[in-house]
Amino acid sequence: MIITVASGKGGTGKTTVAVSLALSITADQQDLTDQESADPAHPLFLDCDVEEPNAALFLRPIIQERREVGQMIPEVDFEKCTYCGRCAEVCQYHAIAVVGEKVLVFPELCHGCGSCSLNCPTGAIHEVLDVIGTIERGWAGPPSVSGSLPSYPPHGGGGKGGVEFAQGTMNVGEPMAVPIIRQLKQWAIPPNPGDRPVILDASPGTACPVVESMRGADFVLLVTEPTPFGLHDLRLAVEVARDELGLPVGVVINRDGVGDQGVDEYCAAESIPILMRIPLDRRIAEAYSDGGTLVEALPEYRKQFQNLYAAIGRLVAERKEGGA
Amino acid sequence: MKQLVILSGKGGTGKTTVAAALAHLASQEMPVVLADADVDAANLELVLDPAKQEEHDFMGGQVAMIAPQKCTACGICADVCRFGAVVAPSPRPPTPLPSPNFGRGEGGQGGGVRARAYSIDSLACEGCASCFYQCPEEAIRMEEQQAGLWFRSDTRFGPLFHAHLFAGQENSGKLVTLVKQQARLRGLDTGAALVVVDGPPGIGCPVISASAGMDLALHVVEPTVSGVHDLERIMGTTDHFSVPSLVLINKADLNPARSEEIVAFCAGRGVEVVGRVPYDDVVTEAMVQGRPVTDYTDGPVTDALKGMWSRVSDLIFPDGIDVVKGGQR
Repeated sequence: MIITVASGKGGTGKTTVAVSLALSITADQQDLTDQESADPAHPLFLDCDVEEPNAALFLRPIIQERREVGQMIPEVDFEKCTYCGRCAEVCQYHAIAVVGEKVLVFPELCHGCGSCSLNCPTGAIHEVLDVIGTIERGWAGPPSVSGSLPSYPPHGGGGKGGVEFAQGTMNVGEPMAVPIIRQLKQWAIPPNPGDRPVILDASPGTACPVVESMRGADFVLLVTEPTPFGLHDLRLAVEVARDELGLPVGVVINRDGVGDQGVDEYCAAESIPILMRIPLDRRIAEAYSDGGTLVEALPEYRKQFQNLYAAIGRLVAERKEGGA
Repeated sequence: MKQLVILSGKGGTGKTTVAAALAHLASQEMPVVLADADVDAANLELVLDPAKQEEHDFMGGQVAMIAPQKCTACGICADVCRFGAVVAPSPRPPTPLPSPNFGRGEGGQGGGVRARAYSIDSLACEGCASCFYQCPEEAIRMEEQQAGLWFRSDTRFGPLFHAHLFAGQENSGKLVTLVKQQARLRGLDTGAALVVVDGPPGIGCPVISASAGMDLALHVVEPTVSGVHDLERIMGTTDHFSVPSLVLINKADLNPARSEEIVAFCAGRGVEVVGRVPYDDVVTEAMVQGRPVTDYTDGPVTDALKGMWSRVSDLIFPDGIDVVKGGQR
C-alpha cells in the first residue's frame, strides 16, 4: 500500500507524521500473531522532497547505494549537423538554439523529452546524461531513545525492526525536481508492493513535484494545522489529490488547539475523514528541533500511528471494493 | 527602488508572517509594492485584506490532445512520450449501452468513447510536443492551457500582486516571474521605494524565479535540525545566483543552542543575523484575525520584527531613502 504524505502548506508536520508512521509499523512494533512469518514486510520510506530532504535527519539511515540521476540532454555531432534549425523549431522549451553555425544547448531549460533528436533530419543529435541530483537507498534501524546507530541488516533482508529508506537530493542551483522524484520512485518502489507499507514524504506546495509524489499512490494523507494558512493550502492539496488525481484522502490535524475551527468545518463539509489529531505540545517541537521523532519523544503515540495505518488500510480497501 | 525577497528552504518557518510584517512596517515609512511569489500556496492575501482590482488569466503552457476519430492506435505517441502521459486504450471493447456501472471503473475511458483511441493524461503531459511531431495520422494537436490566474489588489499597505496556480499545474516559475515583473513595473511607475516579495519554499524553479534580480534575500529559519540543513541549501542557491543573504531566526527560543549554531554558521559565511523572533501564540492569533502581527499587537514578537526591519532598511538603503520624496502612494 502506497501512502503519500503531503500538505500544501509547508512546516505542518509532514516529515514528523511520515517518519513516525513508518517507525510505528515496523515489523517488531506490530502486534502480529504471525510475527515469525518469513517476510516481516518492513516499511519502505521515500523522501520525495528532493529540494529539501529532511527525513534522513530523523531516521538516520545507513546509505548502502547511491547513484547520480538527471535527464537526457542533446549533444550535437557537428560532423553531421547542417544547421537547419529543425531542433530549435520543435523544442517547446527554447532549450536548443541554432545561431549561424553554432548550436547552443541550455540544460536548465531542457525537459529531456528527446524530440530534437527524433526530429533531426541528419541524425546529428544524440543524448547524454545531465546530472541534476542523486538518489540513495539504505536502511534505518529500529528507533532508539538514545539515538544510537541503527542495526545494519543486509539490504532487503533480515531484521524485524527497521525501515528501508530511499531519498532523492537535487543539486543546489538546479530548477527541476520532477525527474529526480520520478527516477527515485522507479528505482526504490518494487513493481507490486502489495500489502507492504510504502510511505512517500512529499514537498510542500501543490505544483508538479507534489503531483509526481502523489501519482501512483493508493492514499494521500494530508497533514495540516488548524489555521487560516493551513486551511487555505489544505483545500488546494485536496483539489490536486482528490479532484485531479482521483485518490482517496484523509487528514491529520497537527498542533490541534491553535488557530480556529476552519479545518474541522471544511473536512466535515467535504466528508474528508480526520484520521488523527496531534495536540500542540512544546515537547514535540523541542524533540523535533534536535532531530528526535514524535514516537521517540512520546512513545504513547505509537499506538495512535498504528491505528492511523489501520484506518488508511480500511479506507483503501473500501475504495477498491467500491470501484470494482 | 530596491527589491527584497523573503525565503526559507524549509516550508512553514514564517515567511508570510515576516512578509506581512515588513509590508506593514515598511509602508509606514515609504511607498511599497507587495508580491506573493508562492503561487501554488499563496497566503499573503489572507493577512493583508486585499481588495481585488484586476484579474487576469495565466496561460501556462500547452498539452497534447488526441482526436479519437483520427487515432489508429499505432502507439507511436506512447513510445516517444517520456512522461508517461499517453494512456493506452482499454483492452475491453466499448459497451454498446451505458451499463449500471457507467462512468465508474472504466479506466477513464467512460462508456461512449471509442476504446481504440489513445488519450492524454493532461496532468502528466509536459507539453513537449514530441508526440505531435511523431504522430503519422496528424491526430494530435497542442492546446494552450490556462494554468492559473493573477491579480492586482489594493491593500492598506500598498498594491499587492498575487496569483493562483491551478491544482497540479506546471510552470510555476513562469507565473512567479510574471507576478514579480508586474510588481516591479508598478513600483517603477508609482515611484515606490521597495518591493517586498514573499517567496516559495524549496530551492527549485519557483525559488530561482523569485530570487532573480533581487537586491537582498531574507532567509527565515527555525532553530531545528531541518531548519539548519535547509538554510545551507537555500543559501547555496541564492549565492549561486549572486543574491546577498540576511537571516532572521524565528521561534529562536525553541532551541537556544541550535539558534547559536545558526549564528555561528552565518558568521562563518559572512551573513548577518538581523533578528531573533521568540515563539509566541500571538503570531497565530494575528493570522486568525487576518492581520500582520506587527499591526495586531505590541510585544516581544513585534519588537523583534521592528528591530529586524530597522536593520534591513539600513542595509538595503545605505544612503537613506531619497526615492520616497519624489514618489507617491
